[in-house]
Amino acid sequence: MMHYRFRKLLSSLFVGFCALSVLIALVPLAFVLFFVVSKGIGALNVDFFTHMPAPVGEAGGGMANAIVGTLIVTSLAALMAIPIGVVSGIYMSEYAGSRFASIVRFAADTLNGVPSIVIGVFAYGVVVVSVGGFSALAGGFALGVMMIPIIARTTEELLLLVPGSMREGALALGATRARAVVSVVVPAALPGIITGVVLALARIAGETAPLLFTAFNNRYFSTSLTQPISTLTVQVFTYATGPYEDWHRQAWAGALVLVAMVFLCSLLARLATRRVEQMRAN
Amino acid sequence: MRERSRDLGFRLGTGAFALVLVVIVCGIGFVLVQQSMPSIRKFGFDFWRTETWNPVIGDFGALPFIWGTLYSSILALILATPIAIGIAVFISELCPDVLRQPLVFLTELLAAIPSIVYGLWGVFVMVPWVRTLETSLPDSVRQWSLFTGPPLGLGMLSAAMILAVMIIPFTSSVSREVLKSVPAAQREGAYALGATRYEAIRAALFYARTGIVGAIMLGFGRALGETMAVTMVIGNNPKMAISLFAPQYTMAAVVANEFSEASDALHLSALTEIGLVLFIITLVINSLSRLLIWSMSGRTTIVEEPATPLAAESAA
Repeated sequence: MMHYRFRKLLSSLFVGFCALSVLIALVPLAFVLFFVVSKGIGALNVDFFTHMPAPVGEAGGGMANAIVGTLIVTSLAALMAIPIGVVSGIYMSEYAGSRFASIVRFAADTLNGVPSIVIGVFAYGVVVVSVGGFSALAGGFALGVMMIPIIARTTEELLLLVPGSMREGALALGATRARAVVSVVVPAALPGIITGVVLALARIAGETAPLLFTAFNNRYFSTSLTQPISTLTVQVFTYATGPYEDWHRQAWAGALVLVAMVFLCSLLARLATRRVEQMRAN
Repeated sequence: MRERSRDLGFRLGTGAFALVLVVIVCGIGFVLVQQSMPSIRKFGFDFWRTETWNPVIGDFGALPFIWGTLYSSILALILATPIAIGIAVFISELCPDVLRQPLVFLTELLAAIPSIVYGLWGVFVMVPWVRTLETSLPDSVRQWSLFTGPPLGLGMLSAAMILAVMIIPFTSSVSREVLKSVPAAQREGAYALGATRYEAIRAALFYARTGIVGAIMLGFGRALGETMAVTMVIGNNPKMAISLFAPQYTMAAVVANEFSEASDALHLSALTEIGLVLFIITLVINSLSRLLIWSMSGRTTIVEEPATPLAAESAA
C-alpha cells in the first residue's frame, strides 16, 4: 500500500495536469484569435468589401469578387444539401429501427469523415470532367456533398428529441404519419434544425481544399455558374502563399472575415441551443 | 387502407432522399477507382513502394507522401492525446459548473476555426517561432538524427504541432461524451473504498477505455486527411526523413498542390490514386473508431442523451 501522502500528492498532480491541459489548448486559440484580429483589423477597410483585386504587384484593392463568390458557392451547396439532408434526417428518425436507416446512418458518418480534399477529387471527377472545366457549380457540388451528412445527422438527433407524446397525439387524432411529421414533429424541432443548418453553412464556407480544383479561382468578377469563380478561402490561400507584402495583409483581412463569421454563427447557435437544452431537461 | 398506402408513400419518398447519402458514398469509391485506373495499371503495387515523384518524366511513387502523412499524424497524436484526455477529464469531472459551458464553447471554437486560418497563422506566426526554437538548440543536440538539417521552421515539427491543435477538440469532445456514459457507481465505489480523486477518475477512465481509444482514433482519422494547414507549413518536399526539422510532404498536401496544375492524364490519375487510398484509410479508421465508441456507449448508456447541434458538429 502506497503512503497516503504520496497518493494525495499524485492526485493533486493529476488534477493540476488536467487544468494545465485546458490552458495549453486555450493558448493557441488565444494566439490565433489575437493575430487574426490585430493583423486583420488594420487591413480591413471598405475597399476590401467593395473593390476588385488590384493588378498583380500593385497595392490596394479588395476581395469583392471573392466575397460574392463565396456567397454563390455556399448558396449552391445549401440548395443541394438542405432538402436532401433534412428529408433523410426525417427518414432516419421516423424509421430509426429499420435496417436501411442504420445503413444511411453509417453512410452519413462515413461521408462526414471523408477528408475534404477527397471530396474535391470526387467533385472533379463528377462535375468538372462532365462540364469540361472548373466551375462555380463544381464548387457548390463539392461543398454540398460535405454539408448533407452534417444536416442529416443534426436533423435526426433533433427530431428524436421531440417528445413521443406529441407524435402520438397527432396520430390519435387521425393524422397520417406524413401529416404528423410535417405539421407537428418537424415544427417542434425547427429552431434547432435551423441552428444546425446555420452551423453547417459556417463550417462549409470556411472550406478551402474542396474548392481548389472545382471552383478554382478567378481574378475577375463573375457570377456565372459554369465559369471558375473566386472564393474567400481560396483567395486567402493564394495571397498567403504569394510573394507580396500587400497580399499577406489582405490574407489576414480575409481570415478575420472568416473567423468573425464562424464566431458569430457559433455564438448564435449556442444561444439558440439553450432552448433545446431546456427541452431536454424537461 | 388509403391511409396505409399514404404512409408507404411517405416512407418511400423520404427513403429516396436518404438513399442519396448511400449513393454518394458508393459514388466516391467508384469515381476514384475509375479515375485512378491508368495509374493503377501502369505502376501497380510499385506505386506504394517507390520514392520517385517526377511529373516531368511521368514516374510516380507515393512512398514519401505516405511516410509524411503517417509521421505527421502519429506525432500529432502523441502531442494531442494526453492534452485532449486531460481536457475531457477536467470538463466532465473536475471543473466547477459555472466554467463548464464556457470551456465547452471555447474548445468547440478551436474546432470551428477554418483550416486555412490555422495555415495562415502557422506560416506567418508559428513557423518563425519554430525556427527560433530550432536555431536555439545546442549543436550537440542538433547532431541527433531527429534534429538534423537546416532550421527552416517549415517542416515536420510545425505540421505536427498545428495538427495537434486541430485534433484536440475532436478527441476531447468524444472522450467527454464517453466519460459521461460511465455509471456514477464506478466512481462512488472507488471513493467508498477510500480512493483519492485521481484513483477514482482512473477507475472511470479504465471503464471507458474502449471509447477513449475510439476517440483517439477519430482524432487520428482527422489528422490523416487534414489538408490546408499542413500544406502551408510542412515545406512540401517529397523526401522521406526522420528529422523533425526536415521539410516533408503529405498525401493530402500533394493532391492540393498539384491537382489543378496536372497537365497529363497519368499525373492526374496518380494524384487520384493517392486520394483513393486516403479515402480507404480514413474509411477504415473512422469505422473502427465508431465501432469502439458505439460498443462502449451502447453497453453502458442508461439514459439516452442525444447531442446538441454544436456537440454534433464537433463530434462530426
